[in-house]
Amino acid sequence: MATYTLKDFKSDQEVRWCAGCGDYSVLAALQRTLPKVCEEKGIDKEKVVVVSGIGCSSRLPYYMDTYGFHSIHGRAAIIATGMKVASPDLSVWQISGDGDALAIGGNHFIHAIRRNVDINILLFNNRIYGMTKGQYSPTSKFGTVTKTSPYGTVEEPFNPGSLVLGAKGTFFARGLDTKLALNEEIMLAASRHEGTSVMEFLTNCVIFNNGAHAELSDRAVTDDHTIVLRAGEKMLFGKERDKGLVLDGWKLKVVRIGVDGVTEDDVLTHNPHEDNLGLQMMLADMKGPDFPVALGVIRDVPARTYDHEVAAQVEKVTAAARVHSVDELLHSGSTWELK
Amino acid sequence: MEHKVIETPDVVIRFAGDSGDGMQLTGTLFANLSAVYGNGLSTFPDYPSEIRAPKGTVAGVSGFQVHIGRGKVNTPGDYCDLLVAMNPAALRANAKWLKRTATVLVNADAFDDALLAKAGFTGDPFEELHIEDRNIIMVPITHLTEESLKDSGLDMNAVHKCKNMFTLGMACYLYSRPLDYIYTYLESRFAKKHPEMIEPNRKVVTDGYNYAAAIQAVPNTYTIEPEVQEKGLYRNITGNQAVAWGLIAAAEKAGLPLFCGSYPITPATSILEELAIHKNLGVKTMQTEDEIAGICSAIGASFAGSLAVTTTSGPGLSLKSEALGLAVMTELPLVLVDVQRGGPCTGLPTKTEQADLSEALYGRNGECPLVVMAAHSPAHCFDAAFTAAKVAVEHMTPVILLSEGYLGNGSEPWKIPSMDAYPPIRPRFVSAGDGVKFRPFERDPETLARRWAPVGTPGKEHRVGGLEKNHDGVLSNQPENHELMVREREEKVARVAADIPDLVVDGPQEGDLLLVGWGGTYGHLLTAVDQLRAAGRTVSRVHFDFINPLPKNTAEVFARFRRILVCELNRGQFAAWLRTQLPQFQYLQCNKVQGQTFLVQDIVEAVENIG
Repeated sequence: MATYTLKDFKSDQEVRWCAGCGDYSVLAALQRTLPKVCEEKGIDKEKVVVVSGIGCSSRLPYYMDTYGFHSIHGRAAIIATGMKVASPDLSVWQISGDGDALAIGGNHFIHAIRRNVDINILLFNNRIYGMTKGQYSPTSKFGTVTKTSPYGTVEEPFNPGSLVLGAKGTFFARGLDTKLALNEEIMLAASRHEGTSVMEFLTNCVIFNNGAHAELSDRAVTDDHTIVLRAGEKMLFGKERDKGLVLDGWKLKVVRIGVDGVTEDDVLTHNPHEDNLGLQMMLADMKGPDFPVALGVIRDVPARTYDHEVAAQVEKVTAAARVHSVDELLHSGSTWELK
Repeated sequence: MEHKVIETPDVVIRFAGDSGDGMQLTGTLFANLSAVYGNGLSTFPDYPSEIRAPKGTVAGVSGFQVHIGRGKVNTPGDYCDLLVAMNPAALRANAKWLKRTATVLVNADAFDDALLAKAGFTGDPFEELHIEDRNIIMVPITHLTEESLKDSGLDMNAVHKCKNMFTLGMACYLYSRPLDYIYTYLESRFAKKHPEMIEPNRKVVTDGYNYAAAIQAVPNTYTIEPEVQEKGLYRNITGNQAVAWGLIAAAEKAGLPLFCGSYPITPATSILEELAIHKNLGVKTMQTEDEIAGICSAIGASFAGSLAVTTTSGPGLSLKSEALGLAVMTELPLVLVDVQRGGPCTGLPTKTEQADLSEALYGRNGECPLVVMAAHSPAHCFDAAFTAAKVAVEHMTPVILLSEGYLGNGSEPWKIPSMDAYPPIRPRFVSAGDGVKFRPFERDPETLARRWAPVGTPGKEHRVGGLEKNHDGVLSNQPENHELMVREREEKVARVAADIPDLVVDGPQEGDLLLVGWGGTYGHLLTAVDQLRAAGRTVSRVHFDFINPLPKNTAEVFARFRRILVCELNRGQFAAWLRTQLPQFQYLQCNKVQGQTFLVQDIVEAVENIG
C-alpha cells in the first residue's frame, strides 16, 4: 500500500467556484483527510470514489484525482449506494448540496440513512440555490427573499440534523466552512464510522446568499454562537469557555460557570455513542439567539450496515446452496425427458 | 352411443373462477402434466389487478388459458374448446372466447340466485350469453368435493379449497391425461409442511376424474398424442424467469457479478423476485425506494464493475428516463428490461401491449440513442436477456430489452440448453498497470466502444458524469466537440448492427406480401402465416429481435417484396420507426390496442382485407 499526501488527491482541473465560496475549504479538508483515510483503512487511492449530484458543490469530483462520478440531480446517494453494495471494499464519498440532497433527492437521502449503507455524505448547506443563480432552498430560513420568493418564503426550512436523527441516522456531524481543522476531524470520524455518515457543512455562498452563516463564522462571535462537541468532553463554549449546557427538566439550558453556584461538573458531557436520540436531537436542533449552534460529531453509534448485510447474505446462501453454476440452475427443479 | 376417444391435433382450455378459486394453479398443473406427457404447449394467465376483488364479481375473475398441441405450439390460442367456469361471473367474463363447438364445464353449486345476480344475470345465463347451444356440463362441484372429503377430517374451509382439484380431475378425463404427474406434484408440494393434505387432494382429483367417466360427461373424449419432438431434457419456463436466468447466464459468461436494482411493478416484478432467489450465483439484488433509485443504483454498480440491470414496466420506464440519459452519456453498460403493459400512465397494469417502443427509442432529452431489443417468446427471453447483456458490455452502452406482460407471465416448454453453446462475453476492461493515463472516451476504431475502468482499477482514476466531455474525460463546452461526441455515440449504437444476426425470411424470399412483426406477436404471426398458406395464400414473414439498430439486411429484404404489412400491438410505432429508418418503402399496418394479444384470426383477416 502506498502512502499519500494531499497532492495525490488534487486533480489537474482548475477549481471554478466563485472567489470566496465556502466550498473551497471543504474540498481542501477532504483532500487533506483522504491520505489519512487510506492509511487507516490500508487501501490504495483507486478504492476511493467521490460521487456527486448537481449543483455548485457537486462539481467537486472534478477537482479530486480519484474515481469520480458527477451524476444527476438528487440521485448521488443511491448511485453511491449501488457502488458500495457492488464493491463493499470502496471508500465512498458522496457530495450533495441542500437542494440536491433535501429537495429533489430527499427520498434517496432518507433511504440511504434508513439502510445505513457505509457511505460518507458531505452535505454542503448554503441555504440557497447557487448554480441556478439564487432561488430559495429547503434550508432557506422562513421569510428569505430570493428571486423565486421576492416577498420572502412562506415555508419552514429543514434542519438537516433533525432530519437525519429523525430517520434514526447512525452518524451526524456539523462543520463550518471557516473551521478547516474541525472539518478534517469530522471527515476522519465519518470514515471510521461504519454506516451512513452525514456531515453537514455550513458554507457561504458569496454571490447569492453572502453571510449565510456569518452569525456563526464571524471571528468576533464564533466562539459564543457555536459549540464544538467532542466525545467525553464537557459541553463548554464561549471565548472564555465559561458557558456550558445543562439539562433543565426536559430542556437544554445555557449556564455560566461560576454564576449561581454553577460549576463545570454541572455541565453535560457529550456522548455521541449513546443510542438514545433524545439529547442528541436537542443538540442538533439548537439555534441562536438562545443557544449556540452545535458543531462536531453529534451522533456516532454502531449499527448493522446494508452493504455488509447484503454481502453476508450472499455468502450464507452460497455456502448452503446446491446449485453453483448456470448449467446446474437450468437443470434444477421440474424437468422431463423427451426420448 | 358408443364412447370414443378422438385424436385431435390441438386443444385450448380456459380455466376461470374467482381470484381465490385456484385457477392459476389448476391451469399450471394441467399444462405441466401435458408437457411431461410430451405435448407442446403455450399458456397465458389473464388475471385482474385486484388481489381479491369482491367474490363472485366479474372484476374478480381470474383466468388461465393453456393451448396443447402435438408438436410445438406458438400461441395460447384464440378461442377455447373447453371453458371451466367456477361461478357465473367467470362464465360472463369468458363466454366470448368459446368456439362454436366448445364444451362449458360449470360448477352448478355456484349458479345460485345470489351469485347469478352478482354477475348481472336476470334469467338463464346461457341464453343470455347466447351460448345455450354449446355442450354445457353442470356439475355440483362444491357438493361433490364435500362428499369426496366427508371422512377426511378437514374443516369445510379446507374442503372447499380442494374443489379446483375435482375440476382438474374432470378436465384430465376429458382430454385423456394421466394423473401420475399430479400425484407426484402433491407429494412434493405438501410433504414437508402439510403432509395431511396429500391424501385428500389425491382423492379429490381422482374422484373428479372418475366422476367425469361415470356420468359420461361428454359423448367423446379427446387425446392429443405427442409428435416426436426434438429429443432432450425439457422444462417449463415463463418469460420473466427466462429473463432472470438469461441475465445470470450472461454474468457467468462475462465473469462479472450481477447487480439488479429494481422497484416492484406489474408485470415485471417476478424478474426481481427470481433474481433475489439466486444469490448463490453471484447475484446481488436491491429493492430500491423508487424506480429512479432502481436504475441509479444499477448505474453505480456498473461504474464499480458489475453487470448492472434494472427491471420495470411502462410508468417505471418514464421515471428512469433521465438516468438512462446518464448511462448513455457516461457510456456505461446497463440492461433495462421493460415488461410492457397497457398504457399510457397506469393504464392496464395486468394486460399486455407493445406501446412503449417509441419511448424506448426516443424518450430522453437530447440526442440520446441506445440499443433497443425485443424478446419474442417466453423461452426466447433467456437468449434475449443474454444477448442484451453481451451487447451492453461489449459495446459500452445501455440496452433496453422490451418484453411484454404476455411473455413475462406466459410459459412454454424449453429444451434446456448447455452454456457451452453460448458465445463468450468479453468486458472491455482497460489493462491496468501500464502507466498510461486513462482517456475514458477514447474509442475502439471498429465499434467506437470505449474502455471500462471500474472503480478500484489501479492508476486509471477518472471522472464521468452527465456533462459533455471530450475524449480525455475533461468537461468541454466546445461546439465541435459536442457535435463529435453526439455523432460518435450515435454511430457506436449503429455499429452494433455488425454483431447481430441478419433477418431470416420465413417463406418465399421474394414476392407480393411480407408480414413484419417484433416482440411477442411472434407466435401469432407464425401461426397466421401457416393458416394463410394452408388456405393457398403465398405470404412471407420476418420478425425483428433488434429494433435499434435494425439488422443489416433489412432494406435488402424489404426491397424484395411488393407490399409490407407491419403488425403490432400499438398504433403503429414500429411502422413509424421503419418510416424514419427506411423511408424508401411503404408500410401497411395491422394494429390492435385492447390490452390483449393478437388473435391469429386478426392477422389472417388483415391479410385478407388488403387483398
